[in-house]
Amino acid sequence: MSNPSCQQTVVVKNEKGLHLRPAELVARLAMQFDSTVMVTKDDQSADCKNMLSVLTLGAVQGTQLGLSAEGSDAAEALSAVAELFDQGFHELDSE
Amino acid sequence: MLELQGIPVSPGVAIGPALVLDDEGYRIPRCLIPAADTTAEWGRLLSAFGKVAKQLEVNRKQTAERLGEEAGRIFSAQQQMLSDPGLLAELEGRVRQQQQSAAYAVSRVLHRYAEALGKLNSPFLAERAEDVLDIEKQLLHRMGAVTSDPLSNLDEPVILLARNLTPSETANLDRQYVRGFCTEIGGPGGHTAIVAKGLELPAVVGIGQFLDRIGQGSQVIVDGDRGCMIVDPDQATIDRYEERAQIRQKLTLRLAELRDLPAETVDGQRVTLSANIEFPHEVDACLQRGADGIGLYRTEFLYLSSNEEPSEEDHYEAYTEVIGALQGRPVVIRTLDLGADKMGHTSLTEPENNPFLGLRSIRLSLKNQDLFRTQIRAVLRAAVHGDVRMMFPLISTLQELRTARMLVNIVIDDLREEGAEFRSDIPIGMMVEVPAAVIMIDRFAEEVDFFSIGTNDLVQYTLAVDRSNESVAELYQSSDPAVLRLIQQTVDVSNKTNTPVGICGEMSSNPARVLLLLGLGVRSFSVPPLAIPRIKKVIRSVTIADCEEIADRVMQLESAREVDLYLLDRLGDLVPELVVQ
Repeated sequence: MSNPSCQQTVVVKNEKGLHLRPAELVARLAMQFDSTVMVTKDDQSADCKNMLSVLTLGAVQGTQLGLSAEGSDAAEALSAVAELFDQGFHELDSE
Repeated sequence: MLELQGIPVSPGVAIGPALVLDDEGYRIPRCLIPAADTTAEWGRLLSAFGKVAKQLEVNRKQTAERLGEEAGRIFSAQQQMLSDPGLLAELEGRVRQQQQSAAYAVSRVLHRYAEALGKLNSPFLAERAEDVLDIEKQLLHRMGAVTSDPLSNLDEPVILLARNLTPSETANLDRQYVRGFCTEIGGPGGHTAIVAKGLELPAVVGIGQFLDRIGQGSQVIVDGDRGCMIVDPDQATIDRYEERAQIRQKLTLRLAELRDLPAETVDGQRVTLSANIEFPHEVDACLQRGADGIGLYRTEFLYLSSNEEPSEEDHYEAYTEVIGALQGRPVVIRTLDLGADKMGHTSLTEPENNPFLGLRSIRLSLKNQDLFRTQIRAVLRAAVHGDVRMMFPLISTLQELRTARMLVNIVIDDLREEGAEFRSDIPIGMMVEVPAAVIMIDRFAEEVDFFSIGTNDLVQYTLAVDRSNESVAELYQSSDPAVLRLIQQTVDVSNKTNTPVGICGEMSSNPARVLLLLGLGVRSFSVPPLAIPRIKKVIRSVTIADCEEIADRVMQLESAREVDLYLLDRLGDLVPELVVQ
């Protein structure tokens, strides 16, 4: 039986974009799951568990990104990461 | 003994131990480890991570105590990167599965991230790229793979071997210890080559891949005359080179005796022989060799050798230093020639597909008028101290020249209004280095006070050959008949219209080619300081009639090779001393 997989689209909402702190939050969150969560911008993909790799996407505010997860807890991992994006990495309030 | 051939770009010979640099200037052993050692190697890497993390925390606390919490946070980006689990996982794979040495894995992985971040064209992420490189350096340092920055802590003479050196890296080399250099890439007309000549460092570029074959500290000979590099030379070779060094030294001493004699042909034609410089401190070396003045002062090195954009006062001080040292002799200040392979720390252009056909030189200055006006102000102000002339590079249309001249007039109005001390009547000239300028040269002659032919770019644009690309280096020949015709046309029109014309490209520092240029009617040369004695020797050994006969013959030839062979032959007849054995 192959692992379940799922995907969805998210938008970078916070003003500063996907900079260091958000990339770290994404990586820490993704590490809590067994599944691999990939984030994709245009033709470039990064493993969410790898902060530097996520950072190199250079996603600014308003960028549309694809998220996909594959693994035993794919659905939970995907929705957790998507929620983090949706909350603007908790940076929306202070702006 | 291993002998490799490259492109000679700066003459002379140097012998010494090799200092091998990788792209970023660190010493990285590129090696794999036995499978049995991977666990220990991984442990070494983890321990280095721990030490660097601890050091960062110390730095953060100390900085925070002295300057406040906010300042301490500059270290937190690096701390976050170090604790990136994804990074550790990637490194572990490289060490444990691919059996890479810890240093090599760290260097590869972090370099790749830094490069990716640097490409993002965001100033914020570019800073992060610096952080990544800084972590790399610290980790390598902890693992004993580097001895901090090898170039800033030299304590013995070395021959530098690198993949490539940028013009600014070359400009910042420690001249006390770096005796010469060899690079894998680079071409004959690149700016690194010019800087090497300015520093009088023997250099060979475009050798092709060789760094992986050379151990740190191997004995190396750089032969900047013949374009070869010899690794671990045998005794006979060393003896031969030492003998040549002695002959060369004797020649240098003999040529030095010409210092106070005029650059005058046997039949009494006085020729102006000036020097090209990048830095104010070079003026001394020029005068010691009897230069008539500075025919080309390349001001962009003010940008390339500093981390900050130079202010009007920085320009003014540099120019005033040069003018003062010249004691009344003329100096031609060329306005900024940035772009293409010469870029400061802050890039002024977007990445371009064809930088040499892009926003460079005068085009860049006209697009960045604040930058340009700052420089023009400094030139006009400094001009009160001596004989200053200003020259615009890479002019290709009349409109460009007029716009630049109009800017000068605006600056003059501003300075007058401010009541500043300045000169408004300095001669203004242009470089002739684009074929379009040669084609329109009669029209340009009506609007400038002088011309200076820049052969390096003229060759590149006439022959459609990238001057810094070693793959097409054999096509890059200033003695190509097409280039010679353009030079001839420029000189003819200049002489007919009484517009002073000089030649400041690298071509004029080649003794054989100087015979031809004299024959074509050139009476003003500007060459690297090191070349002055040789060129003076050529001028003092010939008559104009000799040279005119040579030029007549050369203009009948069909290829650069024929031209060079013929010229070398004639040099052998007329100035045999200068033909290097």
